[in-house]
Amino acid sequence: MIPLWMFLLVAAALFCIGAYGVLSRRNAIAILMGVELMLNAVNINLVAFWRYLTPLNMSGQAFAAFVFVVAAAEAAIGLAIIIAVYRNRRSVVVEDVNLLKW
Amino acid sequence: MLEINGQTIAFFVFSVFILGGALGVVTSHNLIHSALYLILSLFGVAGFFVLLSAPFLAAVQVLVYIGAIAILIIFSVMLTRSMTALRQVRNQQWWLALPVVVLLFALLAVGVILPVWGAEGLIGSEPVSDIVATTADLGVALVDGNQYVLPFEVASVLLTAAMIGAIVVARDDE
Amino acid sequence: MQFDLNDPNILPWLIPAGPLLAFVIIVLLTNRARWLPATSPEYGGHHPDYEGMEVPVVHASSRVASIIVGMSGAVTALLLALAVVTQVAAYPERFGKGVFASSVDWLATGAGAFSMGVLVDPLTTIMLIMVPIAVLCIFIYSIGYMAHDPRQARFFALISLFAGAMLTLVVADNLLLLFVGWEVMGLCSYMLIGFWFEKESAYKAAIKAFTTTRVADVIMLLGIAYLYAETGTLSFREILYNAEVLDRLASAPAIIFGSVSAAGLISIFLIIGTIGKSAQFPLHVWLPDAMEGPTPVSAMIHAAAMVSAGIYAIIRMYPLLAAGGDPHHGEFTSPLLLMAVVGAVTALFSATIAVAQNDVKRVLAYSTISQLGFMMAALGIGAYVAAAFHLITHAFFKALLFMASGSVIHGMEHGEHHVHEHAHHHKAHHAHDAHAEHDHEAHHKHFDPQDMMNMGGLRKTMPVTFYTFLIGGLSLAGFPLITAGFWSKDEILADAWLGVTHGYGPHALVFVLLALAAFLTAFYTMRQLGLTFWGEPRTEEAKHASLGQGAVSITMTLPLIVLAFFALTAGFVGVPPDFPLFGAIFSPQTNPFFDFVKYTLLPEFQPAKPPFNWIPVLTSFVVALGGIYAGYLMYWRKPLQAGQEDPLISILGRPLHTTLRNKYYLDELYHALLIVPSQWLARVVAEALDRGVIDGVLALIARVFTWIGDLLKVLNTWLIDGVGDGIPRLIGQFGNWIRRAQTGRVQQYLLFVALAALVIGIIFVVSTGLLQAAG
Repeated sequence: MIPLWMFLLVAAALFCIGAYGVLSRRNAIAILMGVELMLNAVNINLVAFWRYLTPLNMSGQAFAAFVFVVAAAEAAIGLAIIIAVYRNRRSVVVEDVNLLKW
Repeated sequence: MLEINGQTIAFFVFSVFILGGALGVVTSHNLIHSALYLILSLFGVAGFFVLLSAPFLAAVQVLVYIGAIAILIIFSVMLTRSMTALRQVRNQQWWLALPVVVLLFALLAVGVILPVWGAEGLIGSEPVSDIVATTADLGVALVDGNQYVLPFEVASVLLTAAMIGAIVVARDDE
Repeated sequence: MQFDLNDPNILPWLIPAGPLLAFVIIVLLTNRARWLPATSPEYGGHHPDYEGMEVPVVHASSRVASIIVGMSGAVTALLLALAVVTQVAAYPERFGKGVFASSVDWLATGAGAFSMGVLVDPLTTIMLIMVPIAVLCIFIYSIGYMAHDPRQARFFALISLFAGAMLTLVVADNLLLLFVGWEVMGLCSYMLIGFWFEKESAYKAAIKAFTTTRVADVIMLLGIAYLYAETGTLSFREILYNAEVLDRLASAPAIIFGSVSAAGLISIFLIIGTIGKSAQFPLHVWLPDAMEGPTPVSAMIHAAAMVSAGIYAIIRMYPLLAAGGDPHHGEFTSPLLLMAVVGAVTALFSATIAVAQNDVKRVLAYSTISQLGFMMAALGIGAYVAAAFHLITHAFFKALLFMASGSVIHGMEHGEHHVHEHAHHHKAHHAHDAHAEHDHEAHHKHFDPQDMMNMGGLRKTMPVTFYTFLIGGLSLAGFPLITAGFWSKDEILADAWLGVTHGYGPHALVFVLLALAAFLTAFYTMRQLGLTFWGEPRTEEAKHASLGQGAVSITMTLPLIVLAFFALTAGFVGVPPDFPLFGAIFSPQTNPFFDFVKYTLLPEFQPAKPPFNWIPVLTSFVVALGGIYAGYLMYWRKPLQAGQEDPLISILGRPLHTTLRNKYYLDELYHALLIVPSQWLARVVAEALDRGVIDGVLALIARVFTWIGDLLKVLNTWLIDGVGDGIPRLIGQFGNWIRRAQTGRVQQYLLFVALAALVIGIIFVVSTGLLQAAG
């Protein structure tokens, strides 16, 4: 059996890479992709812990399922917003969406 | 250490898919390429789920994430086409974001994961048992009145709201 | 201290109380005035400076009230004094011990206390006869004299105060109370001499009088203080009647000028006080100028009160002055010598000035100085009783003379008015006679009603005044036998002659100088009478001079008559018993005055009566009659015509006469020596010191503080305001700076979140020791 910590490590790496994508990409859609990566890392963690620590209690998988739901809803709304912004300002560069500033 | 068997090889292959895909997502200049790399990464995650005795989740991953979300992302990319080829991929704060992220990973790895669940860690990494609950149990859990029926229903409402919201936001105004 | 109302010792306390109370009442209650413009005729014609101002003129009701109050004060004083005198006469056996005596401690001074008290002994008694009578006559005279004056009530208040002060001085039983009366009289003299203060010469004369007497008073006060320091008391009883104290004072050397005894130094200081107050040389300069005051004031000051006070004081202090010596046996102490010399010299000196004066009151002023010199000289040779005698008789006839001269002046002013009105009539009739107008105006400006050269022939229009003036003048001259002045002057000469027969030098000096002065006195008196009353009027004004009819003239002539009576008869109480004929009539057993007054002194001091000697009597006869005859020759036989010059000028020679008329230029000398340097000093101190140094220092301090203030202001603005304003500004700037964090870019916010999470995570990991657990 693969030791738990390997799964966790991969998940952590995935999370950090996703964080990098969120923090440093200019395109709004690319940022969204980074968010999806982070959510996936969370899911890996959840399932890994479920399998290794409480395999009989379905809470881990149920939680992961709910994460799926939320990720899907968020992706849908986010992209809808990006499209609306694109329509209004003809730009998807996040840096340009800065009206709420000082 | 680790015996080399099918599981281990599968693990490493899937890890490569995940991490390589992720790297591709965040560094690619072409947005379509990023989307495709994303699909690769998601596929690797699905493989992990299989390794972790959660076949149902693996299926849902492929169906929902790859089949819906990633496709949705590709559609959005196509709808915002004129901006897909950017000269500049990274924004002005990437030089700070990179170390932060690396440090974060280091912290997580060295400070949390390994001390607690590492080989000489506090808890250790062996699975508790090999008897695993089945998909049927998941189904029961989601509708059992004593378990997760409420979040299940709320999730439905959320999805409905998201759907309506997305339609409203993205609708053309004429 | 209980006041036993039945105790007759209270009576003397009440004598000065009458006039003093009158003063208070008039000042507080009866001095109402109404305000008129200064040009109104009721204000008289004194002052161009007050043009356009309003001045107070006393109400008619206040005039009457003040007269009544003043007169009441004077009358009560007289009645009480007479009561006291009769009481004294009833106790012959208590002479010498002070008949009435009582005192009250009023100021505690450590070991002892200053006391106030009264003492009535023979000397006081004779003063109590003279002063109230003279004062009452003067008061009656003032009613008429000041009848139209705008400040009449004030005048009565002041002369009441004057009279009260004089009476206080007379009944005082210690030097301090005497000095109080002395100084109050000095104040009153200032206020009264300068009564018509609109006139520059009047207020200047007032200041002159006050400062001159003040100089003397300061030295007198030194004497009093020294006496107090030596004996611890100022009471007459304890010093003057105490042979032991007198001996001690006479033998101890003085603190300074150790060659004289303590008694000598004290006495010299007291004598200096009298020299000032009684206008002896060299402090006589104020008295002639004091004529600027109204005539009743001159009478009061120069006859009845102030100058008499000076002589009274040294007569009172005689035992101290003579302590250690015995003038009757040729041993003279320094004070006695001082008095003899100063008195005799002054007598002759001022008599010489009097012969060359043309102002009727000036003659009398210098005459007063001269007569006071007589008194001082008499005291200097030990003729105690003679000095007191002359003091009394002089008061009567001098007051008479002054008031009579006041009547003369009043009459002359009346004549002036008459001529003025007449001239107006003339002007109306001869409207185009410009010449007459011009003449009249010029004449009017220069007319001096007091100049004897403008008078003449007044015996016809002012008969009563003439006769009383004549009586007074003869008394002053010492007309033999029938006038009081003769008897008192004769007594002085007799005492002096006694000393000459014993070969005492001072006596001889006094005899000779006083005889000469008596001659000159008679001469200038006849001169004055001749120029004023005899002959024909030399000016139009003199022709119409009169006192008019009515109450004014009666109030101004009645006192003259009363005083003339005394001027004739007052001498008869002091006739020496061995004088041929008169002695038998008036002094069968003994000289009443002499025997009465001599008991004021302790037995060892009492002078012996000089035995009758023809030489002084003949001398008196000769000088008096000789002087009168000389005056008669020059001014009566050929009375002066209008425009004619004084024949004396041709006799003495113009330079000498001018010197005499200018009073030996003594005033000018004092001015140059004393006044000018003081004014220079005052100017220097005021400008250089006061304005320059002191104001400079103050200005400097002000500048320093202003500079500090400015500095603080800068500090305040810069530092405090800086901080106070700076902090908000800084905060604002900080806020401005930090709001840029709100870039509106979500990715930046997220980055910060990631950073924060990182930091917290590190802290968490490190602190919970997970790292160590990992190994």
